[in-house]
Amino acid sequence: MASVKLRDIRKTFGRTEVLRGIDLEIEDREFVVFVGPSGCGKSTLLRLIAGLEEITEGDLLIDGQRVNDTPPDRRGLAMVFQSYALYPHMTVADNMGFSLRLAGATKDERDRKVREAARALQLEPLLDRKPRELSGGQRQRVAIGRAIVRNPKVFLFDEPLSNLDAGLRVQMRIEIARLHESLDATMIYVTHDQVEAMTLADRIVVLRDGAIEQTGTPLDLYNHPENIFVAEFIGSPKMNLLPVRVKTVSDDNVTVTLPDGGALDVPVKSDQLGADEQVTLGVRPERMRISERGQFVGQVLVAERLGSETYLYLQIEGGEMLTIETDGDSLARIHDRVAVEVKGENCHLFNSAGEAVGRAD
Amino acid sequence: MINRPLLKKLTLTLVAWTAALIMFFPVFWMLVASFKTEIDAVATPPMLVFKPTLENYAAVQQRANYINSAINSVAISMGATLLALALGIPAAYAMAFFPTRRTRSTLLWMLSTKMLPPVGVLVPIYLLFRDVGLIDTKAGLIIIYALMNLPIMVWLLYTFFKEVPRDILEAGRIDGASRRQELFYLLMPLSLPGIASTALLSIILCWNEAFWSLNLTTSDAAPLTAFISSFSAPEGLFWAKLSAASTLAIAPILLFGWMSQRQLVRGLTFGAVK
Repeated sequence: MASVKLRDIRKTFGRTEVLRGIDLEIEDREFVVFVGPSGCGKSTLLRLIAGLEEITEGDLLIDGQRVNDTPPDRRGLAMVFQSYALYPHMTVADNMGFSLRLAGATKDERDRKVREAARALQLEPLLDRKPRELSGGQRQRVAIGRAIVRNPKVFLFDEPLSNLDAGLRVQMRIEIARLHESLDATMIYVTHDQVEAMTLADRIVVLRDGAIEQTGTPLDLYNHPENIFVAEFIGSPKMNLLPVRVKTVSDDNVTVTLPDGGALDVPVKSDQLGADEQVTLGVRPERMRISERGQFVGQVLVAERLGSETYLYLQIEGGEMLTIETDGDSLARIHDRVAVEVKGENCHLFNSAGEAVGRAD
Repeated sequence: MINRPLLKKLTLTLVAWTAALIMFFPVFWMLVASFKTEIDAVATPPMLVFKPTLENYAAVQQRANYINSAINSVAISMGATLLALALGIPAAYAMAFFPTRRTRSTLLWMLSTKMLPPVGVLVPIYLLFRDVGLIDTKAGLIIIYALMNLPIMVWLLYTFFKEVPRDILEAGRIDGASRRQELFYLLMPLSLPGIASTALLSIILCWNEAFWSLNLTTSDAAPLTAFISSFSAPEGLFWAKLSAASTLAIAPILLFGWMSQRQLVRGLTFGAVK
């Protein structure tokens, strides 16, 4: 049982404000991912929760207890570092049992708990090795094992997979997901990789410049981004964004003028917008399809064939760029002219401040 | 055509050998002189062919207590090194991992004390030592040597500690290590090569120190440096005996330095190449 509550957390280094009032409640057994570009404060936030940095202002509660001034080891959490941070001079077994040794556990108890964790992570044959004799993936597993041995209420992960190569990253991602399932523990995970965030999280917290941009389930963020930043950050390839002008506004519908002069009805709450206002139209590449009746006509600049699908990068009339996702066996080639159709209900509208205009439904 | 890389290599080799020979020559000359008679030792032009004798070594053994001085040198070098490490390691730890705005200036200030000529503080130190009864004691020299080497040792330890990834210590903190445990279980084992070479350097500096040992000791605590200088007596300079005494004095540290050469070089170039 462990919930984590952040109340208006602020952090300043000298005069720079790194975190500008973070409010967040993390439920027991929830897998929460902090995601954002580098420098957004996500790692700092994790380090504040871990107790490695002091909280400048605000309250941090674990299970309802204020722990601002509690030392890291008494907060009941374990952390997995990006660099793994294994103790290079100790064997794998000693690495994993270090916290128990410091806590004064008997050798038998230590051995038992280390073996238990090692078995779960298939580390048993490596127990007598030193970290330098391990591969990257094995080191990562030892780091996770060291965390498990502590039997923490909350697991903290600081970009744990970014030092691994692509194949191993996918494999470890699955292992971490299974670990969450089997341990039933609260996990907080920091990454800059939106794919990791989407695949692992129960809930994603998108951070920018030390503030939360949006919090929600992966599909929430994907389908209902609250602003342009989140819309662009979540989803790959990125959402297409086009500057358009509002033509007419009626109940639950806004008609915009497209760059080529055509019109498109977008079913959003119209009371926030007025005619002639400059807005941004957002469409995900996978929501656009090649069609004779397409509103956008463009020239293919690049075709990326991934086998299962093809990404076409188009330059449409007016100079704007569009990315579209199409079939893996698409015949479109560079310099081809294609017409692309979008449906109004698949579009997002953002006002001039970059905030999403609420959907009508 | 001259092979340019070869020429460059030859030149560099020549320069290196010349420098090495120039540095080694005094030691060599001293060694040779120690086997000459007093008359041969001061002969001009210097005698290169002579009948070697061991009488200087015998005389040195008779006149002064070499063993006693050697024991003093060992005790004082070791003692001062241990004391300086005991003070320097926590200091360097604090500065490397809990720096403040003034850490950099503190380090520079510490080093700046090394730029002061020691003779500048001779009188106050002498009076202080006299009043607390530290003149001609091993404890007195241990204290003054430890303080003398502390700035350099803190600097070295500081750079070695800086090389230890912060993450590892933070992982230790989350695992429940107190500051003391962090220091003993993690930082010190991880920077052992650095600590060892710092200790080696300190031992060598202490062993060779002459200014304070000459001024603050007479007989009881006299280390080998004082032992050497006792051969430059008012009755005259005895070159051959002085050489024999010097050879005896530097032999242990030379041997020690030679044996720990790898450690020393590794430690002093640590971090220079990744």
